[in-house]
Amino acid sequence: MSQAAAVHGAHGVVEPAESPLTPESWGKLGMWIFLAGDAVGFGTLLAGYGVMRATSADWPSPYEVLGINLTALMTFLLICSSVTMVKALEWLGKGDKTRAKNYLFYTALGGTIFVSLQAYEWSHLIHRGLHINGNPWGASLFGTSFFLVTGFHGLHVTAGVLYLLAILRVVAKRPSPAASYNAVEIAGLYWHFVDLVWIMVFTFMYLL
Amino acid sequence: MATAEHKHPNYMAIFWYLAILTVVEIAVIYMPLGKFTIGVLLCALALGKATLVAMYFMHLKFEARTLGMVAITPLLIATLLIFVLLPDGFAVAKRTVGVKAATTEPAKH
Repeated sequence: MSQAAAVHGAHGVVEPAESPLTPESWGKLGMWIFLAGDAVGFGTLLAGYGVMRATSADWPSPYEVLGINLTALMTFLLICSSVTMVKALEWLGKGDKTRAKNYLFYTALGGTIFVSLQAYEWSHLIHRGLHINGNPWGASLFGTSFFLVTGFHGLHVTAGVLYLLAILRVVAKRPSPAASYNAVEIAGLYWHFVDLVWIMVFTFMYLL
Repeated sequence: MATAEHKHPNYMAIFWYLAILTVVEIAVIYMPLGKFTIGVLLCALALGKATLVAMYFMHLKFEARTLGMVAITPLLIATLLIFVLLPDGFAVAKRTVGVKAATTEPAKH
């Protein structure tokens, strides 16, 4: 009852510290629950990939077909964008809104370059004959799973860039840096999750 | 909330760990090791990197246990998923093992 009272209080503002169950903000908990569900989605895709590959007689060797130089660069780029994300949060915590906004912008830029490189990689691979329904190197499911999993991840990065730009606007609009700290931290959770998923995708779909 | 002190770990150190682990990952696939060893090493490295990101970038190390429990749930489900899929994988593998041998042998000789 006391929780309900906090949510529907006179000011209509959710005060995160009021609930004994969740000392963290409700928003953070909500994002974590969403990410847990999303992780199961990615987990299922990767597990499906594993089964298809294990049971296939002619699965191509991924790192020979796909090439890992560009993807290694993309991995590094995503790690860098995770660092600029935490830097944005750090500066916001210190009350420096301008620096926080700059770092948020760098993060969104990193994501944009990542998606662009992925588009370049895709068009290159499609040109070489890797299609969603077949390829010259072996099992046709290789292409299907490749485009499905990297595409699902790329969609997450694209959504993340839009999300970051929206948050950038929130930071710019709110006069006090402390007022947008929570929103930036929650956006950061999503962004780092996308980075984390890429670490898994890079390992299972390119290196293994 | 505004009064809460925001403590931040040394993010640059985590960045260097992640960068070095990525280089090690790429080095591992060129190492003269067995396929299984390489697979295990790569999985371990990926899990290590994921843990670093979750613990420090996502602040899981400094959060309440509730969030940690939410975060660990998909890992448990993924582990279950492996066991659920194992019999399926073996069943098909048994059927395709003959085909596999037939298709890989000519390529090797």
